[in-house]
Amino acid sequence: MGSDANAHGLDALDRRIVLATQEGLPLVSEPYRHIAEQIGASEDEVMRRMRRMLENGVIRRIGAVPNHYALGFRGNGMSVWDVPDEEVRRCGRLIGELDFVSHAYHRPRHLPAWRYNLFAMVHGRNRAEVEEKVAYIAEMLAETQRAHEILFSTRILKKTGLRFTSRQGNG
Amino acid sequence: MTMDEIDRTILNRLQTAFPVCDRPYAKVAADMGIGEEELLQRLQCMLEEGVLSRFGPLFNASAMGGGLTLCAMAVPPEQFETVAREVNSYPEVAHNYERDHEFNMWFVLATEIPQRIDEVLAEIEQKTGIAVYNMPKEEEFFVGLRFDV
Repeated sequence: MGSDANAHGLDALDRRIVLATQEGLPLVSEPYRHIAEQIGASEDEVMRRMRRMLENGVIRRIGAVPNHYALGFRGNGMSVWDVPDEEVRRCGRLIGELDFVSHAYHRPRHLPAWRYNLFAMVHGRNRAEVEEKVAYIAEMLAETQRAHEILFSTRILKKTGLRFTSRQGNG
Repeated sequence: MTMDEIDRTILNRLQTAFPVCDRPYAKVAADMGIGEEELLQRLQCMLEEGVLSRFGPLFNASAMGGGLTLCAMAVPPEQFETVAREVNSYPEVAHNYERDHEFNMWFVLATEIPQRIDEVLAEIEQKTGIAVYNMPKEEEFFVGLRFDV
């Protein structure tokens, strides 16, 4: 096994915390004490490490992930945009500010099969609403965008979220 | 499930930072003017009913030093189910969606060590005979969305 600490400073105890919480925070009055008992550490140590992981971005946030389907947001579409490479950051920031966009990323093109370099996940109550919002983005970007498409999901084939096993990374 | 005003308040509040302290549920419940026990029960219920997919820390795989990428494949319809089973069989595949496009299979690959990404992609290409387009993020502009309910 050797030293477990990697470049980002996650050591064996951090990894045990990740493993113990990746399915969720315990729904008990003292969740951090509960985790601490599971992994053989003190409650203070667990809280200290979770605060550190929040600070360095290993944990984005602690909170609820709503199921947008169950909340009536059924029209999620992945919008993909072809913008000049030198404009991608400006466009990405503009799109990222919109309140109906949940993720926006610059990704590589694969020419000639795939021309799009900017991805934005757009949410609405139905497909028509997503199409309206994508049209709004198209208008906002004007001639900077050379082409775009919306890829609607038709089926979830797998959704387990990120899962780390204690074996991964050691072999 | 029908959500009432308190459920909505809980959902909106819990999409922002949850405290790290000895009794965090009690703290948040007090802010909302309800009891700790009620908050815990309602959270449990929303998870069981599927209104919440998850409650807890959201880990950032790339900040953990691992590999993370989005991959796309254009799978011929007659092979779709077989390829989906092959792709899903990897524990490193975190999500996989069918989309209505020539590129009809989109999956997220998260590995604890970055080098594992290329191995998995090569294996999938070899087993299926179909190209896997690797589209790792080059820059992130925004992640996160508050659903005001």
